[in-house]
Amino acid sequence: MVRILLFAGLAEAAGSSVVSLEMDQAEWTVRAVREKLSELYPALQDLLEKSMVAVNQEYATSADPVRETDEIAFIPPVSGG
Amino acid sequence: MKNFSITREKIEIQPLIDFVSHPNAGAICTFIGTVREMTKGLKTLYLEYQAYEEMAEKKLRQIGDEIVAKHPEAKVAIIHRVGHLDIMDVAVAIAVSTPHRDASFEASRYAIERIKEIVPIWKKENWEDGQSWIGDQKEKVSYPTGKPEIKEEV
Repeated sequence: MVRILLFAGLAEAAGSSVVSLEMDQAEWTVRAVREKLSELYPALQDLLEKSMVAVNQEYATSADPVRETDEIAFIPPVSGG
Repeated sequence: MKNFSITREKIEIQPLIDFVSHPNAGAICTFIGTVREMTKGLKTLYLEYQAYEEMAEKKLRQIGDEIVAKHPEAKVAIIHRVGHLDIMDVAVAIAVSTPHRDASFEASRYAIERIKEIVPIWKKENWEDGQSWIGDQKEKVSYPTGKPEIKEEV
């Protein structure tokens, strides 16, 4: 089970700021997490595609690995300042 | 105080200035971002800012490191507020000190632009007739490589 943090519009669309995914193998890729989330939450798909992913609070690429112990966050386009 | 921080409290500017003040500084540039009422004819009632706080502080620190890599004598402090902000409230404040003025202007400009690229903070506009999360202020809607382009130059 991996926990995924959601923020801003993503959290609002999901109705929660944290979602969990069952992992069927020890190691996934960021891409696999994004695809699985889109499958489970079709309403999030557009925004998930526009979002960056952070693994352990550092921006990750689609090919980067994800493990159960990692802190994973989807970062919608930012608007600070 | 921490020199790179997210806060829920009203932002005070002087502690940032004090933090970057030192004997070799000949210039201190401050940038203060405030909540604007009118945007393209739409009236904002208030804003709500949300942050991925721990990562946001790390990314603010990264911006400071990028500035020091370009201007080794610079000192940088950045604070961003989250929560409910009213019109005219200070949302973000940046202070940069350098030996000469050019670098301090350049670096403070760099800091605010970079905040809008890499720091996980979001603004929700509460308009007169509705509300929406704002993204894409720099028109970077998607990141085909999975992460934002890293700028080489400060």
